[in-house]
Amino acid sequence: MNVNASAQDAETRMASLVNDWADDKEAFRVPWGKAMMWIFLVSDTFIFGSFLIGYMTVRMSSTEPWPLASEVFALTIFGVELPLILIAIMTFILISSSGTMAMAVNYGYRRERKKTAMLMLLTAVLGASFVGMQAFEWTKLIVEEGIRPWGNPLGAAQFGATFFMITGFHGLHVSAGVIYLLVVAIRVLKGRYEQQGKYEIVEIAGLYWHFVDLVWVFIFALFYLW
Amino acid sequence: MENTAKQQHPIGVYLKIWLLLFVFSTLSYMVDYFEFQGLLRWSLILIFMFAKAGLIVAVFMHMFWERMALIYAILLPPLALMVFVGIMSMESDYTLLTRLTFFG
Repeated sequence: MNVNASAQDAETRMASLVNDWADDKEAFRVPWGKAMMWIFLVSDTFIFGSFLIGYMTVRMSSTEPWPLASEVFALTIFGVELPLILIAIMTFILISSSGTMAMAVNYGYRRERKKTAMLMLLTAVLGASFVGMQAFEWTKLIVEEGIRPWGNPLGAAQFGATFFMITGFHGLHVSAGVIYLLVVAIRVLKGRYEQQGKYEIVEIAGLYWHFVDLVWVFIFALFYLW
Repeated sequence: MENTAKQQHPIGVYLKIWLLLFVFSTLSYMVDYFEFQGLLRWSLILIFMFAKAGLIVAVFMHMFWERMALIYAILLPPLALMVFVGIMSMESDYTLLTRLTFFG
């Protein structure tokens, strides 16, 4: 009798566990696509976080001097040498693209199809120009400064390894984001979301784009300004 | 949907945040331009970095207007990264110390 009771008790407890996980409950009262994008972005945060922590670890434990970012990334414009100027311009471009994206989301919810699509296309153009400047920066570093992932003439070998890894992974995110934005913008223009009444697709694409900008804030501060 | 109705903010909000982000970026660039060093440099860089990150997440990503369940699910897990930063900074101090002691 006693054994039976506890077996039954265990069964109902197991049933409660299954019930709780299989129940038709909603934890996040947002469209599922938005919740999934947020979960993806949290996982991406851990990837970028681990890269940046790896960079911190090799930089702090290096006995070789670390190349000075403000000199490595300086450009001479009209005879004036400006430290980090290209990186500053890239930062302003990415922030501006975040601004246009935020406005695109807003116009999306106002059902202004053309304005939404145009602002998204503008965002994509700014993103593409960011990638272009990054390609220019990489070329300058590889060709003129002789920086390689396994070593460089300026100091600690880990500089190249962490630089190409972190900015490369971020650049891939920007490139993927440009394609993503173009796809969504074309669909907005064609009126696809108008028929479905689902403009949150624009907001979800926006979340990804703002995240790319967010990661750049950390890279700018921790890699270029340290 | 309840959610979509809440995301209708005047465009001016985004323009103001955009402007603020420009200001903070300029200020952090100035930190490098004027070659501030040491604790001053570090505190300024980190303050501007977190200010920018906070504005992007709160306003551009609409986190400020989301429900608490989502806010906690998104913002709490990355705190583990802060612990990781602490652990690895101690570890790299130790690595540097042993390198200098045995290979210096």
